[in-house]
Amino acid sequence: MSTPKWVVTFQIYRKKGNADPHFDEFKLEVSPDEYVLDGIERVWAFHDRSLAFRHACHHSTCGACGMRVNGAEKLTCITLIRDVTQDGGVLRIEPMRNFPVVSDLAVDMGILYTRMEMVEHQPVNSDAKEAIQPEARPAGPVGEEEDYIRLSDCIECGLCISACPISGSSPEYLGPAVLAGAHQHGIKGNEQLLKLVDSEDGVWRCHSAFECTAVCPSFVEPGWRIMDLRKQVIGERFKRLFRGSSPKIIDTMEASK
Amino acid sequence: MSKPKVIIIGAGFTGVATAHDLALRGFDVVVVERGEIASGTSGRTHGVLHSGGRYAVSDQESAVECIDENMILRKIVPQVIEPNGGLFIAIDESDLAYAEEFIEGCNACHIPIQELTARQALEMEPNLNPKVLAAFTVPDGTFDPLRLALSFAASARKNGARFRTYTEMEQLIIDGQGNVTGVKVWDRTTDTHEEIYADLVVNATGAWVGEIASHAGAHVPIKPTPGVMVAFDQRLVQRVINRLNKPGDGDIVLPQRRMMVVGTTSFEVTDLDYVPVVEDQVKIMLERGEELVPGIRKTNVRGAYMATRPLIGGGSTGRSIARTFKCFDHKETDNIDGLVTITGGKATTLRAMAEKTADVVCQKMGVQAVCTTKEVPLLSYRDYYLQNN
Ligand SMILES: Cc1cc2nc3c(=O)[nH]c(=O)nc-3n(C[C@H](O)[C@H](O)[C@H](O)COP(=O)(O)OP(=O)(O)OC[C@H]3O[C@@H](n4cnc5c(N)ncnc54)[C@H](O)[C@@H]3O)c2cc1C
Ligand code: SF4
Ligand code: FES
Repeated sequence: MSTPKWVVTFQIYRKKGNADPHFDEFKLEVSPDEYVLDGIERVWAFHDRSLAFRHACHHSTCGACGMRVNGAEKLTCITLIRDVTQDGGVLRIEPMRNFPVVSDLAVDMGILYTRMEMVEHQPVNSDAKEAIQPEARPAGPVGEEEDYIRLSDCIECGLCISACPISGSSPEYLGPAVLAGAHQHGIKGNEQLLKLVDSEDGVWRCHSAFECTAVCPSFVEPGWRIMDLRKQVIGERFKRLFRGSSPKIIDTMEASK
Repeated sequence: MSKPKVIIIGAGFTGVATAHDLALRGFDVVVVERGEIASGTSGRTHGVLHSGGRYAVSDQESAVECIDENMILRKIVPQVIEPNGGLFIAIDESDLAYAEEFIEGCNACHIPIQELTARQALEMEPNLNPKVLAAFTVPDGTFDPLRLALSFAASARKNGARFRTYTEMEQLIIDGQGNVTGVKVWDRTTDTHEEIYADLVVNATGAWVGEIASHAGAHVPIKPTPGVMVAFDQRLVQRVINRLNKPGDGDIVLPQRRMMVVGTTSFEVTDLDYVPVVEDQVKIMLERGEELVPGIRKTNVRGAYMATRPLIGGGSTGRSIARTFKCFDHKETDNIDGLVTITGGKATTLRAMAEKTADVVCQKMGVQAVCTTKEVPLLSYRDYYLQNN
């Protein structure tokens, strides 16, 4: 390879069964233009075959490889080593927060997937109908008649949940990806979904930290979607009010301020 | 009577599809996978749901398998597929010269194609190379690799299959007659070792099948053949764009979510556990990809990765090796009972590979059960994780 090699110390979080967690260090020669996940896979291939970590696609489509790299949530398969450390530097690799650790860097994503199913997040979109922001629209023909199917933007990686301060303190909070999923699905005319997002553990729990949007590798903008969902929820409440249903709704709105 | 028990080694496409088929046919199935589901080759494919057009001239057996299975997967697992079709495009005279063979091949393999003028092709895909001379539509598609595997795994689990991820097969357990009766495994999540016994072991370890079979002294003629793929951060086409020519380097550009992926190359390796991405090959992907979709030049690389094809090797090498699959009953090939190996094939043909393997398993064990996987819709990939809770 043409680029000069770097030496980088991978400090990796380790946990097996009920034993106490600790960090192991592996000094690796890397190319700065390799991805963090490549380094982790090499640790497994050549240094310690017991290392457990999640990965599949290696190009940001499957959402399996989310981890914390030097304290920040990263999709490690597209994070260049050059962008997160320097020659002679350290890469501290930890599992995502707010998910149970299976072993080492591998977490159990069950809770996210359960909730994504609850809000009926659609794994495929018919693009012309998807309410995405215009600047995020992909190039290519998008006319009324030209409607193609696209796998959803959210790759269900969980990075936003790991980064969210509220998900950390309130495990019942649905969380950014899930609310974004509800937003994408659309709450209009969907009683059950509306009830779910317009609840204590739904849109009103968010404190607008926008950490989710900052770490999302996949253009989902969960922060923006939560804010937009709030507007939609209030709209729906007013519609109901005029139809004369439950006056209690106003109270919860007050309470959430 | 208790159910006949089968251990499957490997949870790539082949392993999960075989687990689904055997579970439907009433077997007690345990899958051992040393990593996460699809952490070997399967996770790292382009994700082309092949129409078979790519193999219609040189490898018609694979081409027919692809078109048949393509149509089935669209039906049973639509939640992981972008079914937007594909184009084969001619850019130069050599491509044009290939057109006749291509048409004949596709007709012979019942792959529905439609010829387009250059103008029609550009209307459909405005970001194609404006020098395009001719084009054909094919029913290609794109899939999400992990989710395709998870959908099969979720469905298998619902029918009782157990998945032991992060569990590596260390040794095959062999009885006094030299026959396989189980596996010794290492659970990497708890760092413990155990023995699992079964009536039969299926080796579905893709490029690693040779290594696994050798534990029993059996032989599989496997030629591990890696290739590079590069993902770019914009989606400039909506369909899979193939070069209208014999399969070569960097002749596929496909859309996936908001990206494009260009692939691939073909070479041989000996160390399978880590194949590094070679910078020169990434450059070739960019150059060759630009010939199909020039706008790639203005996009950024989002990821570059390698995966290793499990090709069944005879005397030939690389691109000329057929893409079909093969199931080996080691009783017949090596006089070792209790072990069946399935490998070769494509992601697109995973269901057919599983059907073939389950047929062999049923026949060996005297079980009468028909394959129903063509009709049974798969569960959502999310169900795989839901069932953890
Ligand atoms: C570059 C490239 C691009 C491709 N693109 C496409 C495409 O676009 N469309 C298409 O249809 N096909 C494509 N293919 C082909 C397709 O990806 C493969 O045929 C398919 O993934 C093979 O699946 P598998 O399950 O047989 O192997 P694998 O996915 O490799 O599964 C084998 C599993 O066995 C596990 N294993 C190994 N040893 C052990 C052990 N000791 N104990 C436990 N587990 C073990 C591994 O971890 C692995 O997960 C491509 C292949 C390559 C290389
Ligand atoms: S919203 Fe973004 S960060 Fe959150 S799970 Fe989806 S892709 Fe990942
Ligand atoms: S490995 Fe699939 S997103 Fe990183």
